[in-house]
Amino acid sequence: MINIGVLALQGAVREHVKALQAPDVQVTVVKKVEQLHDIDGLVFPGGESTTMRRLINLYGFYEPLKAFAEKNRPIFGTCAGAILMANEIVGQMEPHLSVMDMTVERNAFGRQRESFEANLAMDQIGEDVEAVFIRAPIINKVGPSVNVLASYDGDIVAAQQGPFLACSFHPELTDDHRMHQFFVKMVREQAIHA
Amino acid sequence: MDKHVGTDRVKRGMAEMQKGGVIMDVVNAEQAKIAEEAGAVAVMALERVPSDIRAAGGVARMADPSIVEEVQNAVSIPVMAKARIGHIVEARILEALGVDYIDESEVLTPADEVFHLNKRDYTVPFVCGARNLGEATRRIAEGASMLRTKGEPGTGNIVEAVRHQRLMQGQINKIISMSEDELMTEAKNLGAPYETLLDIKRNGRLPVVNFAAGGIATPADAALMMQLGSDGVFVGSGIFKSENPAKFAKAIVEATTHYEDYALIAKLSKNLGPAMKGIEISSIEQKDRMQERGW
Repeated sequence: MINIGVLALQGAVREHVKALQAPDVQVTVVKKVEQLHDIDGLVFPGGESTTMRRLINLYGFYEPLKAFAEKNRPIFGTCAGAILMANEIVGQMEPHLSVMDMTVERNAFGRQRESFEANLAMDQIGEDVEAVFIRAPIINKVGPSVNVLASYDGDIVAAQQGPFLACSFHPELTDDHRMHQFFVKMVREQAIHA
Repeated sequence: MDKHVGTDRVKRGMAEMQKGGVIMDVVNAEQAKIAEEAGAVAVMALERVPSDIRAAGGVARMADPSIVEEVQNAVSIPVMAKARIGHIVEARILEALGVDYIDESEVLTPADEVFHLNKRDYTVPFVCGARNLGEATRRIAEGASMLRTKGEPGTGNIVEAVRHQRLMQGQINKIISMSEDELMTEAKNLGAPYETLLDIKRNGRLPVVNFAAGGIATPADAALMMQLGSDGVFVGSGIFKSENPAKFAKAIVEATTHYEDYALIAKLSKNLGPAMKGIEISSIEQKDRMQERGW
């Protein structure tokens, strides 16, 4: 049995909890720092990244989350969650948690009326993965140790670096849970090594 | 890689991302920045906050587009704006301006006393107010991607929002526990579209998020609405009619996130200065109650 947390400060928490459901997976809604000790992997949900960051600071999550990543515990960020993970954000002086070697650009597709859904061909995950993009960021640039998992129209929209997985869309809003299953597999493998 | 804009998933999904957050009414760039800094998940760009609309009387319309643009340029969080009920052109103007969400709002003077907007026609998503499950499901069937309680806007009095939230939650629970053969009669009684009720019954919840709005004036009010099952809160006049808006805004955001942490809410409620004065509902004549607008 592995235990996967969903950071529940703000955003689409319930959808991730549902998408992670599997017979050997326990899902924990993480609202307090102490809960990080009990989990093998963590999801940063979609929401508003600026809001989430403020709440991360306010509740003393910043250092504990950095430590969680330094121990190579797997993290999966979707949309705002991916922004929290990047080590560079276009137009912003400072990144947030800086756990992945990538540059993200916020709201890169435009405003809500430009938000869309499309099927994506994803490396290791599937040929026709359902992806919902909502005021989505793109990944402008990745470092040498980062694997690009998917692009849309020439822009990188999903990437993996060791135990860290990020995508600019919302797999949790669909019934296509292949990305979550991929992350569960990452957590399981990491838990065996740990 | 076919691209589809304005689908239900895209429009409803946008509101899902706002869950657990606070959406604040603002009338200029400076207030919008204070709201963003305090941790608001979105702002509602207005010409006047509801309590000022109530005080001014006359016809309340969509905000001047220059105010909407000023707010859009000031913040990176989503910007919402209000159109009059049934005002197709105001809604299209706001869509053309690129606002992220339109509130078809009873706070403004209705433009149509019979029909609400056909919100399915638009790429931009809509939020609508509701007092009960009949109103809520009619708005959903018209294409609303998010709901909020109507409450009684601009009063700083939480009682109507509580009434609407309690009633709707009770009606939802009743639908869930009914057998399917009872649903059609319930649809008739509520004036609710049958298919939407069936969806609620099968999934055990509303198909869109439901925020609290209309009278939230303190951090404790915001936490109360979360405890009653709201997905998040709209705060209109409460913040910028208080004495220290920045501090007040932060306190409301925190109370919304940790609505069950009473020691924390006690701490952040200290020395906030006076909240807005507020109005007792019975002192507002029936014809002046904004919640009676919409059908």
